[in-house]
Amino acid sequence: MLKAMLGEAWLAMGANRLRAALTMLGMVIGVGAVVIMLAIGQGAQYAVQQTISTMGSNLFIILSGSLTAGGVRSGAGGGPTLTVGDANAIDELDGVANAAATHQGGRQLVYGSQNWSTQVIGTTPAYLGARAWNVVNGAAFGDSDVRSATRVALIGKTVAENLFGSEDPVGKTMRIQQSPFVVVGVLGPKGQNLDGRDQDDTVIIPLSTAQRQVFGTPFLGSVRMIMVQAESAEGMERTMADVTALLRQRHRLREGMPDDFFIRNLSAAAESEAETTRTMSILLGAIASISLLVGGIGIMNIMLVSVTERTREIGIRMAIGARQADILMQFLLEAIMLSFAGCLLGLVLGLGIALGINAVTGMVVVISGSAALVAFAVAATVGIFFGWYPARKAARLDPIEALRYQ
Amino acid sequence: MTEPVIRVAGLGKSYATAAGLFTALKGVNLEVREGEYIAIMGPSGSGKSTFMNLLGCLDTPTCGEYWLAGENVAHLDNDSLARLRNRTLGFVFQGFNLLSRVSLQDNVALPLVYAGVDKEARRARARLLLDKVGLGRYAESLPNRISGGQQQRVAIARALVNAPHLILADEPTGNLDSHTSEEIMRLFNELNGEGITVILVTHEPDIAAHAKRQVRFLDGEIVSDHLTEHAPC
Repeated sequence: MLKAMLGEAWLAMGANRLRAALTMLGMVIGVGAVVIMLAIGQGAQYAVQQTISTMGSNLFIILSGSLTAGGVRSGAGGGPTLTVGDANAIDELDGVANAAATHQGGRQLVYGSQNWSTQVIGTTPAYLGARAWNVVNGAAFGDSDVRSATRVALIGKTVAENLFGSEDPVGKTMRIQQSPFVVVGVLGPKGQNLDGRDQDDTVIIPLSTAQRQVFGTPFLGSVRMIMVQAESAEGMERTMADVTALLRQRHRLREGMPDDFFIRNLSAAAESEAETTRTMSILLGAIASISLLVGGIGIMNIMLVSVTERTREIGIRMAIGARQADILMQFLLEAIMLSFAGCLLGLVLGLGIALGINAVTGMVVVISGSAALVAFAVAATVGIFFGWYPARKAARLDPIEALRYQ
Repeated sequence: MTEPVIRVAGLGKSYATAAGLFTALKGVNLEVREGEYIAIMGPSGSGKSTFMNLLGCLDTPTCGEYWLAGENVAHLDNDSLARLRNRTLGFVFQGFNLLSRVSLQDNVALPLVYAGVDKEARRARARLLLDKVGLGRYAESLPNRISGGQQQRVAIARALVNAPHLILADEPTGNLDSHTSEEIMRLFNELNGEGITVILVTHEPDIAAHAKRQVRFLDGEIVSDHLTEHAPC
C-alpha cells in the first residue's frame, strides 16, 4: 500500500511539473546554503585548529618585569628579573611538561654570498618539546650544547630556502652577526601563526650561546621569557598558580608586593579564536537555515493549494474506502517527496559550489558526512512539519462536502 | 428468512442551520433483502439524498438505528465507516467521479488499494471487471479518452471490484442521454439478475421503472413503498 501511495505521490508531482520544480527550488536553495555554510564554517574552524596545533598546546609564557630607568619604563621583558634558574625550578614542578627559557631578537644571517634577516631564538631543547616542533633533516642540539655554549643552529624552512637555496644546509657554516654557526638541523614546516607571521622564518640556537655571542646581556643568567607547557588543558590554571607562587618565593616577594613578572596564557588566546570561528559557523548555519524554513513554507503553501484543488478527488477516495489516515499519509508523502527531492538536489548543488569555492579561491572547505545527514534529517522534518497541516486538512474533509465540490 | 442486507429503524437526520434546526429525515423505517432492486424517488429536498448518504455510510444519523449486513453501523467511528464503504458498499455517482490522472484499470483497482490487496491481484481483478463491463480493451487509457456512458461503466466496475453486498447508485443516468441511460440501466438489470442488490436514486419514472420496487420520499418521510407493476423481466 505504501508503494502504491508513493507511486501516486510521484504521479501527482508529475502532473504539475513546473509547480513541483518551483516548490522544490526553495528547498534546493535552503539545503544548498546550509551545506555551503557548514563546509565553509567547518573549513575555517579546521584552519584555525591547524594553526593552533602548530603553536603547541597548553602553553603559557612568563615575561620578566619592566625596568624603569630615568622615568622611562621598558615594558614587559625589559627587566632582569627572570633567570635560567627560575626556568629550571619551574621544570621541576608537578604538572609542568616543559619549561624553556628563551631570548630572542632579529639578526642578520650570512652564508656565502646570501644574507637574510630573521628572528633568532636562543633557548633549550625543551622549547622544541613545548612547541611540538620536530627536526626533519639533521638533529636537534642537546642540553650539553646549552651548557657549553656551542655555536650550533637549527633553521626553519623559510631560512633554509632563502639562505641555502637548493643546497643541503646541514653541516654548513653560516654567520650570525660575526659568529660562525654550524647548521645541525632543519625544522619541520609549521606555516603561519594566528597573527599571520611565518613561523618557519626562524633560527634556534642554544640559550647560552645566544646570550654570550649574539645578543649579549648585561645580567648574566637572566632571561626575558620562559615558555611553559602544562601537562593538560585542565591543569593549566593550577599550574599557572603554582608557577606564580614559586616565582614569588624565589624572588623573595612579600605579601602585598606586586609580581615582578607577567604571565600570559597563549592557549587561551587560541581557544578564543577557535571559539570565534565556531560561533561564526553556527551563525552562518542559522542564517542559512532560515532559507530552509522559507523553502518549507513554500511546500506548505503549495500543498494547501493542492488539497483545495483535489477536494473532489479526496471525496472520491473517501467514498470508496480511504480512511482518514490513508488520505493523511498520501499528502504527507507528497510533501516529504517534494522536500526530499529538493534536499537531494540542494545537497548536490551545495557540494558542487563548496568544491568550486575551494578550487577557485583555495579556501579550506570541510565536507562532512554528518552535514549531509543533518541536511537530510532537516528535509524530512521540514516535509513532515510543513506537510502535516495541509495533509490533516485533507484528511478531515467531510466526504459529502468533498464529493459535491466542483 | 435470511437477515436483510439493510434494516433501518426510526432513522433521522437534522442539521443546525442559520434559520434553526432543519430536519432532513424524520424517522424512516426500511428493510432491503438480498437481491432486491430498489428505486428511491422523490423531488429535491425530499430527504432522499440525505437517506442515501446515511445508507452509504458517508454520514451518521442524528437518531435511529441502521443495520448493514447484520452490523449496527449507526454509531461507528470514521475508520469503521471507511471500512464498510470499502468492503460492503459500492458507489456509483451521477458525475462518474473517476480519477482523471490514472488509467481505467487503476481507477477500478483503487478500492483494492485501500483494502490492502497486493498489486498483481489488484491488476487481475480490475481487468476482470473491466472485461465484465465490456471495456477491457481500454484498460490502459485515461478516463477522458472514453465517452460518458463508458466512464459510468468503469465506475460501476469500480463499485463491484470488492464484491460488495450492495450497489448504491445516486442518479447514475443523470448526466447521460436517454440511449446511453438505457444501456447503463441494462447493466444494472444484468447485475441484479446475478443476485447483486441494487439501490438507485432517481427522479425519472422511466429509469425507476427498471427497478423491482419503488420507494418514494417526500418531506423527509417515505410516502409510498410498492413493487413496480410492470417490472421488466
